[in-house]
Amino acid sequence: MIPQTQVSRREFLKTSTQATGALILGFSLPTRGQAQEPASSGPFKIFKPNAWLRITADNQIRVLVEKPELGQGSRTYTPMMIAEELEVDWSTIHVEQAPTIPSIYQSLRTGGSGGVANTYTPMRQVGAQAREMLITAAAQQWKAKKKDCRAESGAVVHSPTNRRLTYGELVEAASELPLINPDEVTLKQPKDFRIIGKSLPRTDVPSKVDGSAGFGIDVRAPGMLFAVIARCPFFGGNLQSSDAAAAKAVSGVRAVFPVPPLPRHFNTAGGVAVVADSTWAAMQGRKALALTWDKGPGANESTDTLRKVVEQRASGPPTFIALDRGDAVEALVGPVKKLEASYESPFQAHATMEPMNTTVHVRDHEIEVWSPTQFADEVQKEIAELSGFPLDKVIVHMTLSGGSFGRRYQWDYAAEAWQVAKEMKKPVQLLWTREDDMQHDFYRPYNYQRLSGGFDAQGNLVAWSTRLVTTPISGSNLYTGFTESPETLKDPATIAALEWYGADVAPYSIPNLRIEYSPADSVVPRSWWRSVASSYTPFAKECFIDELAHASGRDPFQFRMDLLTDKSPETARLRAVLELAAENSGWGKPLPKGRGRGIACRVGGSCSAQVAEVSVDDDGTVQVHRVVSAVNCGIAVNPDGVQAMTEGAINFALTAVLTGEITIKGGAVEQSNFHDYQVLRINQAPEIEVHIVPSAEDPNGVGELGAMLVPPAVANAVFAARGVRVRRLPMDPQLLKRSQS
Amino acid sequence: MSRIAITVNEKARLIDVAPDTPLLWVLRDTLGLTGTKYGCGMGLCGACTVHLDGEARRSCQTAVGSVGAKKITTIEGLSPDHSHPIQRAWIAEQVPQCGYCQSGQIMQASAFLAKTPHPAREQIDEAMSGNICRCATYQRIRRAIQRAAEQKLDDSSNPS
Repeated sequence: MIPQTQVSRREFLKTSTQATGALILGFSLPTRGQAQEPASSGPFKIFKPNAWLRITADNQIRVLVEKPELGQGSRTYTPMMIAEELEVDWSTIHVEQAPTIPSIYQSLRTGGSGGVANTYTPMRQVGAQAREMLITAAAQQWKAKKKDCRAESGAVVHSPTNRRLTYGELVEAASELPLINPDEVTLKQPKDFRIIGKSLPRTDVPSKVDGSAGFGIDVRAPGMLFAVIARCPFFGGNLQSSDAAAAKAVSGVRAVFPVPPLPRHFNTAGGVAVVADSTWAAMQGRKALALTWDKGPGANESTDTLRKVVEQRASGPPTFIALDRGDAVEALVGPVKKLEASYESPFQAHATMEPMNTTVHVRDHEIEVWSPTQFADEVQKEIAELSGFPLDKVIVHMTLSGGSFGRRYQWDYAAEAWQVAKEMKKPVQLLWTREDDMQHDFYRPYNYQRLSGGFDAQGNLVAWSTRLVTTPISGSNLYTGFTESPETLKDPATIAALEWYGADVAPYSIPNLRIEYSPADSVVPRSWWRSVASSYTPFAKECFIDELAHASGRDPFQFRMDLLTDKSPETARLRAVLELAAENSGWGKPLPKGRGRGIACRVGGSCSAQVAEVSVDDDGTVQVHRVVSAVNCGIAVNPDGVQAMTEGAINFALTAVLTGEITIKGGAVEQSNFHDYQVLRINQAPEIEVHIVPSAEDPNGVGELGAMLVPPAVANAVFAARGVRVRRLPMDPQLLKRSQS
Repeated sequence: MSRIAITVNEKARLIDVAPDTPLLWVLRDTLGLTGTKYGCGMGLCGACTVHLDGEARRSCQTAVGSVGAKKITTIEGLSPDHSHPIQRAWIAEQVPQCGYCQSGQIMQASAFLAKTPHPAREQIDEAMSGNICRCATYQRIRRAIQRAAEQKLDDSSNPS
């Protein structure tokens, strides 16, 4: 859920059409774009109906994919959509990354689980436009009626006579036709799909089992140098003194120099760069630096002080009321039965397996950048702004990314790489060590939620209020923290979408509802982390629903169903996934002693329900044995992709539930590597079942969906197993151990 | 600096580096074999796993000077054409997402399977627990190792 960066379908179509027009008017790609064309291609050996598709005389189809490939499958689902409408065999498809030319490609980014949803119509139109032009070309050649011709397996067939021309044979004729408006072509009906809806092997997988896949860290250029930066460990702090003599004496070290922090939206810490002939030499040089730091404005901030701050903010007046329906305040004054609880979750790191890095070559008249980013056009724009080079002189190659989970929506590491490379006149790869990555992330906000619910005399849940406090993403800044300026708070809806999305109890029918929000200040940088606010709002909401169910002596599944009474399609979808998850998990059936089941659900673009099955060891360690997930995401373009994303998202969230926690002391992160920020390992990974609801509706995203419900499903299961309500994550084994004695 | 002789993927190589340089950086920066990945530099994540005489080793914790005559195999040398049973199983089960850790996973799994041709689920978990996958493809890693062990190696089969 990253609203400001999603391109609406209408905008996408508009730009698609414009780009098509630009190409036919002889738009030429810059030097490196042209280099992507096969050398043998003459003017009409390639049919280029639009910016995303190239059909060659030898019947090969090249698809240029805009969306970065972070592991979510963009290099597979995009060509699937195009191939579906183009009527070609999957084996003829070749995929490459579209170049960073924002005037043509306006979707060189992905986020908010929006990749499939945003491209579903435009990419099918890309294929359909080409198909219609190829049919027209064949009909003209045969002097036949277009309606008697059909596209089939990379060829046009004249149905009455069975004459056949391959697309390759039509390349020249189709290239001479006027463009067909992609908005006016008829798209196939889902019932006629041959490719969409099938589980196809991913196009990038073979390169990921033999070491040939090229990530940012794998970029190699002749004469390139390797760099690391010793960053100020204290957020907002500064370099006080530096002695580089020993570092410069390390074999292989070429240069040592200070790198100033970049302000505001770059959010870089600044420090001292060490450039060397190899990564190892750069790391050794960095170790030899003698540096002192001024701790800056966060010197007194710690996780303990932050806990006090969020509790204070939860007790004071709200900064604004996010939602107000009925009169929850009044209804909670004197209900027959009232329940209150507070939930809290800490900062989380992205900890992508490929640490941040970028390679930059600053030449006299242009800058070339290779970056594992999920936001290539922004990297280009930011480096142009920093350097003063025109946009078209900043060439950005978007490499594969070794995970992202929201981290690569920031461009800090690319900006730093430019800062270092501009001093060297050679290609320089700036690599973050794991420690850098862990301690200079943009973290999932710290959050605290205080909830109240009240039943009337008949036992109906009639009132609900949530006070949510977070260190907000909005305004996150190393130097000033969140400022409650009138400008920032002018649009609560914007902040709402980032900070409390998912706290709304809809579509549960609760007549009196109030959601209040207050920000808490912190020097710690914050940003998108897989599922953003939905990584913590369902934890409070769906656990509290569970508490209310138990308080009223009702089954948590049935309690939810009883609250889902309105007749909207959204509610119907949610009821269906709840039933599907409950049924497949064996909800209500006996379990071995010591095990418990917990359920949770959510509705949004995609809706889902999950049931977790857990037990608690004698030492208080939670074992998650099984997670059953029911998903309705509209049509599953690549069902195995939906399944893979869901499995991964569930496991990802388990880190935050079981062990993951970033803590602050003296204005710096305490954790440094995988020994103290422990992420889920295979021996902790549960059995996962994913049940996808068949649908012909337009698709919605699943990259984040699976992560949202794991915290409440597991916490509710722990309660079922042990009778202990866990309201703070990660789960504290000591709390659970004590409860057993 | 000193001249060190090593054998990588059946080729003899002579390199000029300090003997305490981790094998990881020799492979990546000196020899250009970038399939072996840096993940943590502390032997905590397994992304840098290679084989030394067939044994899985963390190359970030292996000084190049300590390798001696042992034969180094990296992901690039596991097979010429994805034909190793583990690679085929990885494709059939569609294991990778981002793929960054998968060289290490595959090197760990292939060394493990060579010694334990018919592993139980618990043995797989134990053998693979040193390799982190943040995309968390663990369920598929388990299935792929089981598939390789059972030789259910039909590359063309669709997943799920």
